[in-house]
Amino acid sequence: MAKRIDQAQVRKVAKLSRLELSESEVEEFTGQLSAILDYVEKLNELDTDSIEPLAHCLPINNVFREDCVRESLGTEKTLANAPQRDGEFFKVPKILDDSSGA
Amino acid sequence: MEELSAKELRDKIVAGRISSVEATKAVFERIEKLEPTIGVYISTFEKHALAKAREVDEKIAGGESVGQLAGVPVAIKDVMCINFGATTCASKILENFRAPYNATVVEKLLLADAVIIGKTNMDEFAMGSSTENSGLKRTVNPWDTNRVPGGSSGGSAAAVAGWLCFAALGSDTGGSIRQPASFCSVVGLKPTYGRVSRFGLVAYGSSLDQIGPITHTVADTALMLNVIAGHDPADSTSVEEKTAPVGDFLERLDEPIEKLKIAIVPQFNAGADQQVQKALSEAIEVYKKLGAEIIEVEMPHLDYAIAAYYIIATAEASSNLARYDGVHYGHRTQNPGDYIEVYSKSRAEAFGKEVKRRIMLGTYVLSSGYYDAYYLKALKVRNLIRGDFTKAFEKCNCIVMPVSPTTAFKIGEKVDDPLKMYLSDIYTISANLAGIPGISIPCGFDDSELPIGLQILAPAFDEDKLLRIARMFEKETDWHKRRPAIEV
Amino acid sequence: MAQKKTGNRSVNSKMSDIRYKVLVGLEIHVHLSTQTKMFCGCELEYGAEGNSRVCPVCLGMPGSLPVMNKQAVEHAILAGLALNCEIAEFTKWDRKSYYYPDLPKNYQISQYDLPLCINGSIEIPLEDGGTKKIRIIRAHLEEDAGKNLHTAGNFSQIDLNRAGASLLEIVTEPDMNTAAEVRSLAVELQRMVRYLGVSHADMQKGHMRFEPNINLIVTKDGTEYKTPIVEVKNLNSFRALERSVDFEIHRQLDEFLETGQVLEMGNKSTRGWDDANQVTFLQREKEEAHDYRYFPDPDLVPVKVTKEWLESIKARLCELPLKRQKRYVSEYGLDDYDAGVLTAEHSTAEYFEDVVAKGAYFKRACNIITQDLLKLANERGSSVADLGIPAIHTAELCKMVEEGIVSATAAAKITTIMSESPDKSPQAIAEEHNLIQKSDAGELEQIVDQVLAENPTAVKDVTSGGKKSKKARGFLLGQVIQKTRGQANPKVASEILTKKLC
Repeated sequence: MAKRIDQAQVRKVAKLSRLELSESEVEEFTGQLSAILDYVEKLNELDTDSIEPLAHCLPINNVFREDCVRESLGTEKTLANAPQRDGEFFKVPKILDDSSGA
Repeated sequence: MEELSAKELRDKIVAGRISSVEATKAVFERIEKLEPTIGVYISTFEKHALAKAREVDEKIAGGESVGQLAGVPVAIKDVMCINFGATTCASKILENFRAPYNATVVEKLLLADAVIIGKTNMDEFAMGSSTENSGLKRTVNPWDTNRVPGGSSGGSAAAVAGWLCFAALGSDTGGSIRQPASFCSVVGLKPTYGRVSRFGLVAYGSSLDQIGPITHTVADTALMLNVIAGHDPADSTSVEEKTAPVGDFLERLDEPIEKLKIAIVPQFNAGADQQVQKALSEAIEVYKKLGAEIIEVEMPHLDYAIAAYYIIATAEASSNLARYDGVHYGHRTQNPGDYIEVYSKSRAEAFGKEVKRRIMLGTYVLSSGYYDAYYLKALKVRNLIRGDFTKAFEKCNCIVMPVSPTTAFKIGEKVDDPLKMYLSDIYTISANLAGIPGISIPCGFDDSELPIGLQILAPAFDEDKLLRIARMFEKETDWHKRRPAIEV
Repeated sequence: MAQKKTGNRSVNSKMSDIRYKVLVGLEIHVHLSTQTKMFCGCELEYGAEGNSRVCPVCLGMPGSLPVMNKQAVEHAILAGLALNCEIAEFTKWDRKSYYYPDLPKNYQISQYDLPLCINGSIEIPLEDGGTKKIRIIRAHLEEDAGKNLHTAGNFSQIDLNRAGASLLEIVTEPDMNTAAEVRSLAVELQRMVRYLGVSHADMQKGHMRFEPNINLIVTKDGTEYKTPIVEVKNLNSFRALERSVDFEIHRQLDEFLETGQVLEMGNKSTRGWDDANQVTFLQREKEEAHDYRYFPDPDLVPVKVTKEWLESIKARLCELPLKRQKRYVSEYGLDDYDAGVLTAEHSTAEYFEDVVAKGAYFKRACNIITQDLLKLANERGSSVADLGIPAIHTAELCKMVEEGIVSATAAAKITTIMSESPDKSPQAIAEEHNLIQKSDAGELEQIVDQVLAENPTAVKDVTSGGKKSKKARGFLLGQVIQKTRGQANPKVASEILTKKLC
């Protein structure tokens, strides 16, 4: 039976998710994800053409706050959990490609 | 002391008959004895707890007023942030993470003078139905140590069941409070979405997550709800006071509902084990004797709830967990080649398999070309499911159904087949999709002496009635009084 | 090669007849002037110590949740109204997913399919004094990312002070046809958002960032070809914007003539601007369709813009700068350039109108403000309004100049003194410093007589009417002025001189 998702797609999705998978993981996940995706096909048994998508269960809108300053954590607390820091900054290996996503 | 409910303990402490320090010390003695077997706590705070207990005792001695949970030892699922210890979500990626703030519910517990014992074990990032997905330790069911306590709030449920605390907080995204409560014979409530602040709750499925109490009695649940419910300006999805006023859920708790109408969904219940169905029928008989009218309803879309849930929840999770990247906090890989490897290696090293699976599934259903077919479709089915509830509630006060198709399964039984594990959420998942409250209360045991839970579902913001309906059953039965004989 | 004018351009090529049209659309990110960030209460402070304006929310800590800044939404709606946009009755937030170290949650809270503002337009001034309408596709709100600082070492530093700041993203149709027009749009937008008070738009502080999308329609031997679209990323000065667009136009033409490559699905590329070498350079080849996986943010509830709310914001709309500028031309007869100077800043235009309202002749007020006051303001790094000179005093000074009580030169001196002593009236200052012009005909006549007597040669030169006549006359007038130590009213003195010499 053709898999609903193949290994190439799993690799692609893993890359999008920033997860470096081992070969055996790719194989294992391909099988499992295929089975799950097969199962969710069930939804196509339902005709939803005239149904609105429900993203929020809540009957609320317009939740705001006033533009008032609240205390920030401060540099030390902000960096307290940082795996690596350089003075007052977070530190990462050099970002060479400046291709920010936006 | 083991016979006391949280409320009873609180009342005794305030009356000066027991000290909080005594109660807290007793809990820690029990922890020392039983933890090696049950393993509910990822971290405990003996010093902090005793200090708080002392403070409460002193206040009482000095005649000062104290909070609703004064001196009561409680446990918190390790998915809620605290600033006096670590918050790990049972994941290697946050093993040493110390939040600089307390979750709103934690603040509320502290304000209510509760004594926080420790952070309980869970499925990693709340993804699972057995607590076997924990990346840090193993928790077993106090009723049978070869079996799972349920999940993802397995640690909290086992802690309450094993009297390693008097009450606990869990979180429920697809049944993670109700199912472990039913496996451990304790009371577990998932409040209406928006009832309790999610600020400080590490997000899994943001439109589905709710924090709720796990306790021995319905009264304790009402007490806990009094403390944790309420609008929080820091959470845009928490409802305002005027929409959902937080009264005193204890006040009318013992008042039964006149002309109670209970709906059941026979075709749906048919999927559960024989013994679970039997316990359910017997529970219905109890309500009938109390004068309730039982009606049958059809809820044709409930069968699709699992499929819709595993698209919506994983989509949200894939986004919520993107922040765990080894850059600003959490585990970072030792020797990344470049900054991209900081992400992909750190996450690969520290996330467990189930978490990886759900992240990938979520990424897939949101990706270009698949969004309409999966995510959008699931949101539409969600609407249909909510519609089923709305229609049903026009005819009844509440719906009753099983919590889980089975009782606690053996450790390792389902862990290798994710889909099989997912399918066991069938009864709890729709309440999260519809945003309505649901409670699991002990209603029997199977032939292996394993607990069975009764699930009651009510319309949004109807916790008051829901708790009273639950209390009606509890008064007539004593399932909730049984204690596990823990093999140490 | 090509002339810098609008419309079609032609190129002389040996073998073919080549004409081309330039199409530029602009994406602008504007920092809104709220005190706090878009979704948390951290203060926005330029130049603060690294990572000192960060909280669990903008740090993306586990369990943190965003809450909308109402002021930012209102600023965005106001800007949308000024841009003639339709304001959505119902709008929502979406998550835009991508991984980058300056984006702590690894998604940006933005708006995707239901933006706050759509289908608007803005008029931009052209060099020839006319205006052109540029269509706005949409304007929406989003949060900004932090900053990556590239160091000398093999690592980068990240500062999240800016992460979470509120941004208004404005996207135009490709209605601009020259680099000058693109610049004009950018400048006009800056002026507009400052007028509205929704952004300080201080280029120094990076409050506005531009991303032009450029391509050409080349007509070669009668057939039309479209070159692939290029997006130039992250420009933060008008100069870089104009130059990069200009460079791209020429580069694209060259590339097309060489390779013949045309626009196809997915061959849009991204380039950066190298200011040192004044060139654009390739950053990303085929737009690897960044799969942003947009979906509605479950942590935020939608926004419903009610009629009442919208009306209350509409009431804050002020006359927009370009309209005001053109009004000064039509109503006051000022020339376009001067009107542009007066309306460059909202406070200056307000001050001007205040001075006119207090009785000053508008042309005189314009001169005094654009020349004397503006010069002072620039020297002090301040605005005209912030010089502290009460409008009534400036109005009085204008009247004094009109009536010849002081000369225009003296007015410059008086304005300087006024800015230092704001409670002193110009009349008082003029008297104090002997700057009152002598306009009394009688007094001046005596002095003129004196000068004429002392300079017979010059008088002869004038009366004889020859070549030297004009110069001599000027000399005599100069002498009169000198004798009065600059206080003679030149007009009156000149009249008397004329009378005496005829």
